[in-house]
Amino acid sequence: MELVVFEKQNAAILKIVGDVDLYSSPQVRKKILALMKKKTENLLVDLDGVSYMDSSGVATLVEALQLMKKRRGKLKLFNLRPAIRDVFELSRLDKVFDICEDENQAMAAISEG
Amino acid sequence: MTPGRTKDKSEIIEIQIPAKPQFLKIIRAAVGSICEISGGNLDDSHNVILAVDEACSNIIKHTYGGPTEEPIHATILISPEKIEIRLRDFGEKIDIKKIKPRKLDEIRPGGLGVHFINTVMDEVEYDNHFEQGNQVKLVKYIEKK
Repeated sequence: MELVVFEKQNAAILKIVGDVDLYSSPQVRKKILALMKKKTENLLVDLDGVSYMDSSGVATLVEALQLMKKRRGKLKLFNLRPAIRDVFELSRLDKVFDICEDENQAMAAISEG
Repeated sequence: MTPGRTKDKSEIIEIQIPAKPQFLKIIRAAVGSICEISGGNLDDSHNVILAVDEACSNIIKHTYGGPTEEPIHATILISPEKIEIRLRDFGEKIDIKKIKPRKLDEIRPGGLGVHFINTVMDEVEYDNHFEQGNQVKLVKYIEKK
């Protein structure tokens, strides 16, 4: 599992590389909580490097969404592979998360609302 | 892995891992390869991998109460019409009546594993009639590519 954070304008971009499962999702959660402590205004999550995600990964992102909403920040997901999109559809969370095609669309989405 | 053959020419593969999250990827890789060999389609393969991973995660979290050296024993049967996976543990007996998916309109972290398993598999059957531990049987009927 590799987690890389870039700062871009008023957002942090978290790039996740590797499977997100019961073993690795606590690492993702820890990184997201650290970004919350740094008062990250908006969070974009790049899932291009994720070929597998289970319910613990989805739960981690639901928690991140709720934390961002509490502080009136925005969370956008982008670059989802079909298998990952399927997991969000299975849990009907594809309607809850703002899922963007790519980084440009995600950056535009945080300015739009 | 231990290969075997049944009388009806189904193949049987057995895998055992310690009930620890870091070994889940071994089960996923094995199940993925078995799905490929069985000739099923890619979507079904992803679904079977997800269900087996979620069921193993539930064994680690709930039956064993956390990571342990205790085993998860997987018996995988491939026949021309289906893949059947039996996951056996030796932990706390589960109350089968309490295994329910949560409502999806509650937007909260956690509790989605059982929903995923029930949605993607054709048959799910829990059995706690063992002297020790439990078994979950997962069945997916194969739609050829």
